[in-house]
Amino acid sequence: MAFSRRNFLKYAAMSAGGAVLADTPFISAEARAKAEGGNVKYVPTSCEMCFWKCGAVAKVVDGKVVKLEGNPFHPQSRGKLCARGQAGIGQLYDEDRLKHPMILDGPRGEGKYRKASWDEALTLVAEKMKAIAEKHGPEAIAMMSHGSPGDYFTNVLKAMGSRNIAFPSFAQCKGIRDVAWELTFGHKPGSSCERVDMENSRVIVLLGTHLGENMHNSQNQEFAEAVSRGAKIICVDPRYSTAASKSAFWLPIKPGTDTALLLAWINIVISEELYDKEYVEKYTVGFDEVKEAVAEYTPEWAAQETELPMRQIVEAVRELCRYAPNVVVHPGRHYSWYGNDTQRARAVAILNALLGTWGRKGGMWLPPKAKFASFNDGNPAYPEASKPPVIKGNFPFAGGEGVTQALRDTTINGKPYPIKAWLVAGTNLMKSLPDQRLTREAIDSLDFFVAIDLFPTETVMLADVILPECTYLERHDGLFKIKTREAGVAIRQPAVEPMYETKPAWWIGSELCKKLGLKEYAVKGDGMDAWEDRMRRQAEAWGVDFEQLSKHTGYVTIPDSEKPYITEDNQPVFGTFSEKIELYSEELEGEGFDPVPQYEPVEQPPKNMFRLIYGRSPVHTFSRTINTQWLWELHKENEVWLNKKEAERLGIKNGQYVVLENQDGIRCNRIKVKATERIRQDCVYMVHGFGHNAPRLSRANKSGADDQQLISKYIEDPITGGTGMRVNFVKIIKEA
Amino acid sequence: MPRYAMVIDQSRCIGCMACVVACKRENDVPPENYRTRVLEIVQGTYPTLTTEMRSELCNHCDNAPCVSICPTGASHHEEDGTVQIDRKKCVGCKACITSCPYNVRYINEEHGYADKCSFCQHRLREGKKPACVATCVGGSRIFGDLDDPESEVSKILRRVGHRVLKKEVGTGPNIYYINQYPKRA
Ligand code: SF4
Ligand code: SF4
Ligand code: SF4
Repeated sequence: MAFSRRNFLKYAAMSAGGAVLADTPFISAEARAKAEGGNVKYVPTSCEMCFWKCGAVAKVVDGKVVKLEGNPFHPQSRGKLCARGQAGIGQLYDEDRLKHPMILDGPRGEGKYRKASWDEALTLVAEKMKAIAEKHGPEAIAMMSHGSPGDYFTNVLKAMGSRNIAFPSFAQCKGIRDVAWELTFGHKPGSSCERVDMENSRVIVLLGTHLGENMHNSQNQEFAEAVSRGAKIICVDPRYSTAASKSAFWLPIKPGTDTALLLAWINIVISEELYDKEYVEKYTVGFDEVKEAVAEYTPEWAAQETELPMRQIVEAVRELCRYAPNVVVHPGRHYSWYGNDTQRARAVAILNALLGTWGRKGGMWLPPKAKFASFNDGNPAYPEASKPPVIKGNFPFAGGEGVTQALRDTTINGKPYPIKAWLVAGTNLMKSLPDQRLTREAIDSLDFFVAIDLFPTETVMLADVILPECTYLERHDGLFKIKTREAGVAIRQPAVEPMYETKPAWWIGSELCKKLGLKEYAVKGDGMDAWEDRMRRQAEAWGVDFEQLSKHTGYVTIPDSEKPYITEDNQPVFGTFSEKIELYSEELEGEGFDPVPQYEPVEQPPKNMFRLIYGRSPVHTFSRTINTQWLWELHKENEVWLNKKEAERLGIKNGQYVVLENQDGIRCNRIKVKATERIRQDCVYMVHGFGHNAPRLSRANKSGADDQQLISKYIEDPITGGTGMRVNFVKIIKEA
Repeated sequence: MPRYAMVIDQSRCIGCMACVVACKRENDVPPENYRTRVLEIVQGTYPTLTTEMRSELCNHCDNAPCVSICPTGASHHEEDGTVQIDRKKCVGCKACITSCPYNVRYINEEHGYADKCSFCQHRLREGKKPACVATCVGGSRIFGDLDDPESEVSKILRRVGHRVLKKEVGTGPNIYYINQYPKRA
């Protein structure tokens, strides 16, 4: 853009104090646009390159998005976007996008489709769904999703009378942790984000949580701030991650033994009387039982089990206690590791409780206080489910987001009743569920499979009907409740018109309702403004100014909602049965589980095999972004990290391509070796999400290898149904 | 007149690459070319390792060999101390590319001119920070005016020990590195 002194002066006059070199001198998106004149528009919206929901501002020139910037008013972005957020334009203008509805024209899996109109495609979907519901009952229709589109199809399924709705974010990711913290504190450690007050922490323990690589914007901002202030990081990870490189203590733990370390730490904290006595007395129940239950877990024992030096184990936890309660043991996020994961998460929660971090500065801040009026826009109540859903499997504590693999099992074996149709929106199941053979088998057994998505992923290309959604930069979504230290409301609205024949998911869901004869559940009003009008009504119900959200700041704070720390008149509320922190869980005991976590060893790799562990790249979100220009360019293929000594022993050079073969004889695509000192000798590591087998993803297809392909074995956590996925062993095959 | 400089706090860099993508978008940098990069340099043997996160970009050198070697005067110093390229004058001879000891220039193949970090000159003129600085998730990149004693960069450089890359080649770089390694216990 050409320099204009005039514009600059206008900016300066508008921004507070007119400070030159402000990060983003913007007060109001509309005012900014006016100052620049011409065909420039600034649209405040919310990023969906991952699910952190950062506030973004899109700069639109002549109807094209030319730049995305962080919204300085929004607590999740604070004026900054991560690499993926910056590259959102690459997704919008990706040539490989799904462009129009398509109907399968040949056998499933061959990828032959014919173009269809929306009317034809939706009519077909509605007919099939009706026929299946009539024959087998509405519960025979299931839905799986990730991200915003899920809401709209959840509505469709509930309106039909099915509750078989599940999200991989529960059993394949953070559900286990959430349940463990609910059992302990009566609350999850955070919904929009983990409520870790890292900005103020003196010591931060990261256990398999690789910040910097796991890129959640504001959390990483606080992490860097903490490091810079000299906060001590204790990083427990078999791999020398980015976070480990920032740490005072890197504990390269033997994979699978984390609970041993945690229990020994709890033991030390109790036996050396380093816990917060007043806090424990006032807010917890079950201390004595915990004390007794962990007595056997000595540091000597833990050192042997974890293969960490005993001194390191002891010193790290003493350091943690020295600064308690201004410390935090990060609750973690992706928690499905070994199939006994609820107990590990419980141990983390108990350790935090003993140190008194919940509600303390530098610990876990308290949930913000704000009540939102309920709003359903006058839709009728949903009919009762005609049959109980199967999404909780046999797991007594499986949560509301459901257990995807239980849905998959039922689809395959038809027990207790048949599932005949899937709606899958915004999730590439072949790459998000363990054991691809079962996913494929389930899909092959379906009478009908419809996918709603942006891209022709491997899962989408198995569908009978493909409905192309538009990207987040082209659509409205719900008003978002954002709960960080404060509560607030944010907006997602289109920066540009939908490209090709793509449609917003709210519209697809709403039209589907109409075609199914469930008009009363559709969005009120016709036309593409209907959802925006609904958002206006919602804003009104919540008492927030829609104009302010849509034209000016994109985010509004709920006043007086921020009360992060415990004070005399701000006491924490624990949503447990005892209304206290339950160190000892009668609820678990009642279902036959250990009320205090106990250690169970996990199977170790046989000779000449390595445990496969996996993680994240800061520039990619799962498998969703590999095809995005700029991100693909920065990280085109993943590598397999192999300890240098092991590489030498096997005669493998750094950079050489190999193939990995797992215990079930399954081989992945070829993958480059990173021979490195940064990992233990008993495991190998790769970034998740690569190795697409989707010919229509021109950049991503066949670049790197797919960890999920090698995860053919998984162990279900008996408490929550989380799928432990770090239980596969691989050998390295040289001739690639 | 300002004298612009960037301070890179290496302890704060988390290697997230937000800066790299922001720069590419802001400046329309062609595929596979970069105006800035972030290197992760790991040393030591398991389990005693250290990492240096090092952002690299044009140093806007005081004694810039790219400027003195440029036959057409396309590469030049501006009054604000920055080194800029006049695209109209650039003939794409690559002399500057070979002369730069930091390997931070590329040829824009489509248009034929040499290119590199400009400190987002167009943004500075609008009163904004360079795109990489504005979006730096770690807060590792700090930008400002060395001639203003109250600027953040001046204050930091007065307080904290710093270094520049390849000091020995005498180019007088204006990218300053602080806190090379994270503080150890
Ligand atoms: S963390 Fe990055 S990708 Fe995720 S919402 Fe924020 S800017 Fe977007
Ligand atoms: S870093 Fe290289 S391109 Fe930049 S001013 Fe110095 S010599 Fe020139
Ligand atoms: S944006 Fe900042 S923290 Fe991220 S890689 Fe660049 S310099 Fe480092």
